[in-house]
Amino acid sequence: MGKIIVNRERCKACALCTLACPKKVILFSQEANSHGFCPAELSSETECTGCALCAEVCPDVAIEVWR
Amino acid sequence: MEKRLFIKGNEALAWGAIKASCRYYFGYPITPQNDIPEYLSKQLAKVEGCFIQAESEVASINMLLGASAAGARAMTSSSSPGISLMQEGISYLAGSELPAVIVNITRSGPGLGGISASQGDYFQATRGGGHGDYRTLVLAPHSVQEMHDLTLLAFDLADKYRNPVVILGDAVLGQMQETMIDRAYRPLELPPKDWTLTGAAGRKPRLIKSLYLKEGEMERHNWKLFEKYQRMKKEEARYETSQEEDAQLVVVAFGTAARVSKTAIRLARNEGLKVGLFRPITLFPFPEQGLLHLSQRVKRFLSIEMNTGQMVEDVKLSVARDADVHFYGHPPGSPPVPEELLEAIKKVYIGADP
Amino acid sequence: MKQVFKRPQSLKDIPFHFCPGCHHGTIHRLVAEAIDHFDLRERTIGVAGVGCSVFVYEYFDIDVAEAPHGRAPAVATGLKRVLRDRIIFTYQGDGDLASIGMSEIVHTANRGENITVIFVNNTVYGMTGGQMAPTTLLGQQTTTSPYGRDFLQDGYPIRMAEMLATLEGTSFSARVALNTPANLMKAKKAVRRAFEMQAHDLGFSFVEFLSACPTNWGLNPVQANERVEKELIPYFPLGIFKERKGTDYL
Repeated sequence: MGKIIVNRERCKACALCTLACPKKVILFSQEANSHGFCPAELSSETECTGCALCAEVCPDVAIEVWR
Repeated sequence: MEKRLFIKGNEALAWGAIKASCRYYFGYPITPQNDIPEYLSKQLAKVEGCFIQAESEVASINMLLGASAAGARAMTSSSSPGISLMQEGISYLAGSELPAVIVNITRSGPGLGGISASQGDYFQATRGGGHGDYRTLVLAPHSVQEMHDLTLLAFDLADKYRNPVVILGDAVLGQMQETMIDRAYRPLELPPKDWTLTGAAGRKPRLIKSLYLKEGEMERHNWKLFEKYQRMKKEEARYETSQEEDAQLVVVAFGTAARVSKTAIRLARNEGLKVGLFRPITLFPFPEQGLLHLSQRVKRFLSIEMNTGQMVEDVKLSVARDADVHFYGHPPGSPPVPEELLEAIKKVYIGADP
Repeated sequence: MKQVFKRPQSLKDIPFHFCPGCHHGTIHRLVAEAIDHFDLRERTIGVAGVGCSVFVYEYFDIDVAEAPHGRAPAVATGLKRVLRDRIIFTYQGDGDLASIGMSEIVHTANRGENITVIFVNNTVYGMTGGQMAPTTLLGQQTTTSPYGRDFLQDGYPIRMAEMLATLEGTSFSARVALNTPANLMKAKKAVRRAFEMQAHDLGFSFVEFLSACPTNWGLNPVQANERVEKELIPYFPLGIFKERKGTDYL
């Protein structure tokens, strides 16, 4: 059981986290941040294992992970 | 009892660096200054200093930048073409406000040129040399004693102003052997080095850079540097005069040209000509106030240089309003001889006020 | 639940200006993690190259010196010779290190200077708008190779990690990538090993990162990431090309 929090203002929607996520539980928000990017967000807390691979590949250090 | 040394100019300079507590030298071989790295490769080891023969002059000036950023007294030396290679690094040193001593044992140019002495690097040394609006202090020795003493001064001034200092020698001064007096080093009182990079233990991190991208930063930084150079102009101009009190013509010369001029002036005086000498010791700041003061009474100046006309421009800027300025150039290939300079003096002396 | 991933202490909490999908941010973080892992922050000094790498001083919470383009290894040499017990690293791109700085990197490695070099290879000049680099691949279009890099005109791309590994002075030389989590974990280990070697005075350490430059490759971040796998890795193989175990070379 895990959880990620994406810093909405830091995320540039590069989508590298979606490639890395083994559970494919990351998708993009419908709401843009102040820079015009639609940030990544966790779609399902129950599926997230807290593996932190998304955070590892995030180039903007925008993701924090709990397990 | 002061010790007297009979020593080569290049070695006197290198010994001066060690005396001034310089413990880091980075350089690349080039004639006619190799005595400096060779001497230091031996002597720095004896004082637990660090000598690196770098892969190029470009690498040398950048190693100097690193050592200076770490707070150490460090030096490099080269000759004309190698100094050209260092210009980017010197600009960075000035822009980053780092102390450094750079020695140019001038040879002939342009291009590969030759290995004999010249004064063809005056512009390069005094007009910044690299890109951007900066200056380096420039010290011009004319004897083995000054090769030594001005090196001590160079390190102090570099630290006082956090600026690169150029020692502008030449092949003759570098290779000649003369007696010098080995005095004790009495350093200036200098500000503490509270800006050096040593690792941010127990303090905020520090930054050594010359990049200024934010609005207004570059302008402010340039004015800050300008204020520094203004202060140098006010406080650091140095020169020597001789026999100027009754002179009808004053020779303006630095370095080896000044040495030979001294003999030529003696010959001129023997023939009854009233000639004096004004010898700049700092080329930046150029001693314009001293010259201007002299020009209130002396109306004829002769700039004698081992080039085709560089310092004469600064002489003109200083006195052309009040006096005539002439030029005699002896481009590189061999040093000028006193008889030749005597002829040049006579040519412009005829027609001088009785 | 406890937090299992957060920003390393040596990396300031400010937004990166890098383009979306650029690997610079990740590399900055891996370097900061290595510094923190060995608790080196207070005795580390970074040397910034010129290019997108120039802003390391904004992001790392350490002393930093800015070097002229290509000269970071020489500046690092000067720093390390004065401050022998501090950790000195350079952070350079492919123009800075492999073009204008080729002499400095080769000779610094050859002297076995006890520093760490982080080399970001994205096969293009980023900051200046996408010109050809010494590591640009054959056939790759850049703003100064609009017909694609041609061997007859511009030679082949240079493999720095292998080349430096041939020098006696090099103690550690590795090439890593960040395009998959598995590769990223290997990269993390390599960076850590490089700083560890310096901390133990084992000599010159070098880590080459294959990186994406989406903007100048004309690709989106996901495509750029794929290009690393499909085009870069085949020419620039991953691996550790040299790893000295002790001071056996002395």
